[in-house]
Amino acid sequence: MMSLGPYAPFIVTSYAAAALVVVILIGWIVLDYRSQTGRLRELERSGVTRRSARSSTDRP
Amino acid sequence: MSLIDLANPTRFLALSARLLPWLAGATIILLAIGLYQSALAPDDYQQGATVKIMFIHVPNAWLSMFVWGVMSIASLGTLVWRHPLADVAAKAAAPIGASFTFLALLTGSLWGRPMWGTYWEWDARLTSVLILFLMYLGLMALWRAVDDPSRAARAAAVLTLVGAINLPIIKFSVDWWNTLHQPASVMRMGGSTLDKSFLIPLLVMAIAFTLLFVTLHLAAMRNEILRRRVRSLQMMQASRVAFSSELSTGSREENASKGAA
Repeated sequence: MMSLGPYAPFIVTSYAAAALVVVILIGWIVLDYRSQTGRLRELERSGVTRRSARSSTDRP
Repeated sequence: MSLIDLANPTRFLALSARLLPWLAGATIILLAIGLYQSALAPDDYQQGATVKIMFIHVPNAWLSMFVWGVMSIASLGTLVWRHPLADVAAKAAAPIGASFTFLALLTGSLWGRPMWGTYWEWDARLTSVLILFLMYLGLMALWRAVDDPSRAARAAAVLTLVGAINLPIIKFSVDWWNTLHQPASVMRMGGSTLDKSFLIPLLVMAIAFTLLFVTLHLAAMRNEILRRRVRSLQMMQASRVAFSSELSTGSREENASKGAA
């Protein structure tokens, strides 16, 4: 078992804060990705598509 | 694949989709190795176990400056080369850089309390890093304040390049002024003064955090490209609605004038 001595709260808080911030960053990026892909899908379903997407689907 | 090829957002999206799982995997493995080595590192003869804070404080401090450096190069890309993905890269990096800077300040403060007897001191290194953090926040606010991404990009690029002056100030603050913060012990002339038992875990953690940044940055850039696609489609939809309502108003007026005749 690792002993952190009398300053254990400072060490543990540092690592916990780093873990929390990294998890929040990852969560924010994942949720943002889902939100943007969802909005894109919704717009494409309503018939609004990009020119490049239209030209690729129009091709015989 | 050259930088010019990546100027195509669709090609960039395809490349990032291929790279992201590998980068995420490598980041997880290196972080696990780094954390394991950090846990096994011996106590310092002066600082005791608090030396373990170094393994997360130093990578975050390095990255806080590295990310601003990346944003500065991207800003040059926006202003000089007008690379289509340059402002996407700069915008996506800002919140990640702000997070690393916040962690550098927080973990430094938690390390300072037991070692210096204070959480905070207005010395040159700490103050210049705090200024860097505030600049990150200012940049993020600027991006949100301007609706048009290309106008926001130019203003943000100028601010980023001006803010880059702070990077050498942060790096050399411990040499130029008498500070509470210790001078450089890894990246210095004459080599590192750290013992291998500390240096190796520190370097592994630094590489792991850098890979974490690259992974998050690629993912955030992908999100930004998608956000801009959504914006352009919404504008297209709005202009279609306006056009069709104009058409229907025009045909109603035509019918009305025919009826009158």
